[in-house]
Amino acid sequence: MRIFIIKEFLQIIRDRRSLLILFGIPVVQILLFGFALKSEMKNVHLAIFDQSKDAYSQEISRKMLASGYFILDRNLANAQEMDDVFREGKVREILVFGNNFGEELEKNGNAKIQIITDASDPNTANIVYSYTQAIINDYLMEINATTIKPLMINIETQMRYNPELKSVFMFVPGIITIILMLVSTMMTSISITKEKEMGTMEVLLVSPVKPWQIIMGKVVPYVILSFISAIIILMISYFVFLMPFAGSLGLLLLETILFIVLALSLGVFISTVSKTQQVAMLLSMFALLLPTILLSGFIFPVKNMPEILIWISHLLPPKWFVIIIKNIMIKGNGFMLVWKETAILVGMTILFISLSIKKFKVRLE
Amino acid sequence: METIIQINQVYKSYEEIRAISDISVDIQSAELFGFIGPDGAGKSTLFRIMATLLLPDSGEVQMAHLDTIKDYKKLRTKLGYMPGRFSLYQDLTVEENLNFFAGIFKTSVSKNYHLIKDIYQQIEPFKKRKAGDLSGGMKQKLALSCALIHKPEILLLDEPTTGVDAVSRMEFWEMLHKLKTQGITIVVSTPYMDEASLCDRVALMQKGKIMGVDKPQKIVDLFSKHLIGVKAKNMYGLVNKLREYPLCHSAYLFGEWIHFSSEQEVVKNKLQEFLRSKGIYDAQMQNIQPNMEDSFIDLMTQNIIE
Amino acid sequence: MKQVIVKNLVKKFGAFVANDHLSFEVEQGEIFGFLGANGAGKTTTIRILCGLSAPTSGEVKVATYDIYTQREQIKKHIGYMSQKFSLYNDLSISENIRLYGGIYGLSRKAIKEKIEEYIEKLQLKEYQTLKVFDLPLGVKQKLAFLVAIIHNPPIVFLDEPTGGVDPITRRQFWEMLYEEANNGKTIFVTTHYMDEAEYCHRVSIMVDGKIAALDTPEALKQKYKADSIEKVFIKLARG
Repeated sequence: MRIFIIKEFLQIIRDRRSLLILFGIPVVQILLFGFALKSEMKNVHLAIFDQSKDAYSQEISRKMLASGYFILDRNLANAQEMDDVFREGKVREILVFGNNFGEELEKNGNAKIQIITDASDPNTANIVYSYTQAIINDYLMEINATTIKPLMINIETQMRYNPELKSVFMFVPGIITIILMLVSTMMTSISITKEKEMGTMEVLLVSPVKPWQIIMGKVVPYVILSFISAIIILMISYFVFLMPFAGSLGLLLLETILFIVLALSLGVFISTVSKTQQVAMLLSMFALLLPTILLSGFIFPVKNMPEILIWISHLLPPKWFVIIIKNIMIKGNGFMLVWKETAILVGMTILFISLSIKKFKVRLE
Repeated sequence: METIIQINQVYKSYEEIRAISDISVDIQSAELFGFIGPDGAGKSTLFRIMATLLLPDSGEVQMAHLDTIKDYKKLRTKLGYMPGRFSLYQDLTVEENLNFFAGIFKTSVSKNYHLIKDIYQQIEPFKKRKAGDLSGGMKQKLALSCALIHKPEILLLDEPTTGVDAVSRMEFWEMLHKLKTQGITIVVSTPYMDEASLCDRVALMQKGKIMGVDKPQKIVDLFSKHLIGVKAKNMYGLVNKLREYPLCHSAYLFGEWIHFSSEQEVVKNKLQEFLRSKGIYDAQMQNIQPNMEDSFIDLMTQNIIE
Repeated sequence: MKQVIVKNLVKKFGAFVANDHLSFEVEQGEIFGFLGANGAGKTTTIRILCGLSAPTSGEVKVATYDIYTQREQIKKHIGYMSQKFSLYNDLSISENIRLYGGIYGLSRKAIKEKIEEYIEKLQLKEYQTLKVFDLPLGVKQKLAFLVAIIHNPPIVFLDEPTGGVDPITRRQFWEMLYEEANNGKTIFVTTHYMDEAEYCHRVSIMVDGKIAALDTPEALKQKYKADSIEKVFIKLARG
């Protein structure tokens, strides 16, 4: 076993191509996604619907415009105009102050701001929202530093056109999933079929090594490397793109390992049914990767798909993993809220491992 | 002497195509046995069946008193197998390959080093080099070292010398002869007929069948026709003219000479006269002994007629 | 006329000298055997002669064209067949011929004639509709050769053309080579079968990047007091 793992490590490390797939692609992808979205964050057109026009509301508006991220498109006079400006397409956000904003804030120590964003471009919408939130919080800190009784501003958000809000943060779980699928499934299936093509599998089979040893020898190095890769993605999304991280890191890592093992067992299964590297590659690409991208809810919402596709999507392991990561990272849910999805993944893993061991041939036919 | 390999009426087809049919051979312990035949003769299929990697459609194979189907697990520890292509990890070094193959057989290089010493010493200077960067001859030596490292009772070498130059081939056969003295049974396949004479016994294979099994000399002795070596400056013209001679059974290029065979004895002067009448004046002739390839060709043509 | 002229050819890969001052010539209509141990540098030389790789220094002319300045002309005027036959397994015989005829710019009419000629020559009528994959090895090999000379080049390079083929087919293949040489084609061939070396008009034996011997098989055997080229080869290669 040990000797197998050492050998596999040596081979992976010497093969520049697999190193690139393991570490290069994930980093490049996440950076591309992140920066492509980040660069749009300048001179965002803002409309303000200030029904109060008091010192507080005007100071917040001023701070917004002074931040450099926003430019004032126009001031709105009534609520009907809100739909119009969005329809024109230039304005990304409307800041709405209620009738007695300043008064309420002083009297109750608590007032409400409404932020309406055009979520048809979900990433911008999300970023715009978080910037606005940050500016308002800044302002609150400023005034609270001089008052005894802290003031509160409740921010009410409304996402127009894309209430689900899919954004760069929503992409991260998707990317992690895709990459783990790609790396784990494709790389293992290719590395096993490569042995078949090179004829080394014949020698392994004739040796007293047991099938599960061959499989484990293949799987262990990739578990470790994929796991490192996943951590790199998480770190980039957290430190570079300030992705929120609400839940437990430990739980997330455990779930990640579970998913990696699942993807690897799928890879092993693919290799048992394909004879050449090419077949293995095509199978992992077309039978797995494309449906994963299309049906796992990572780009297109599953909800709106035809019934049959929804059913197919239930069969795809990534779908469940995306849900798990989203819940843990963004919503901060604990294990109790993802146990169902986890159970499904465990079940699938057991299924593929037992299928692979059963299908793994001790002979050449 | 003890029979260590028994192949009994083995058949194997892939879908419609018959790979081997009705193969029966007994191989003795510590024998150097060769399966000789061109590509497509079914050698690799037979080797894979012996190596427990393929199941025969019918018939049975006993290796080291173990059945290749029922007892394959036990048998695998006693086999050393070198498949047709040198099955090494091209991206691992010489040393890493050897350690790996020792490892999967649960032994270590140092434990059986005496077995591979003679062979491995020749490639040891390159032990840090990747197997993919070795020359054909060195790859072959490394592959043999890897197949030997667990001290197998039976060594199965499927076309170990194909594509390897004449010097490396000769050295390889010298190694096999040394191994034989250690009591290892060696079964080799090769498309090179001249290597047959280096085996204790050979089976000539063609199109999935065995055409004959015997000591190399015995097989050569089977050749019953009269053989004359003929050469001239224009060999191509000569071979064509020889075939026109009424008593000709066959005329084939054999290196320097054309081997001209006939059912009855041919008077050289008459043949010379015939060639002259066809415009070949510089023909030289001499009596020659048939070799393995003459026999093989003869057996092949007989089989085609059948 | 000389089809190959090589003077002081040197090819280095970094510090490694693969071809060390080679000089030889090949006459038109000659069968020239190019022997050497694995790793002696044969493949490097053939790649240079076929215009696939540039020499480090030295003068090389193939089919009268200069290797440095007329590489494209060389490619048009040579044929090449490797041990891995370059036929497409999933195409039929005539489809393969048509493909290669097209690659070398033969006219439709010429291609049609070639198809008929080759099928006639190799007695392929019964195989005509089969995919190349299903042909016997020997037939494949002869077809690969004919396809390699479809554009009627003055010289053809054969890299281990007979590996693994049965003894009768191997001889039929050589008779075909003789026939082409008789018609004036130059044949440049490598092989591991030492008996085949004897069929060549002249043989060169490479050892460690240098040409250790070059002469007719007869003369080589006399010089090295050996009764076969195999023994000459072993004497030279073992040093």
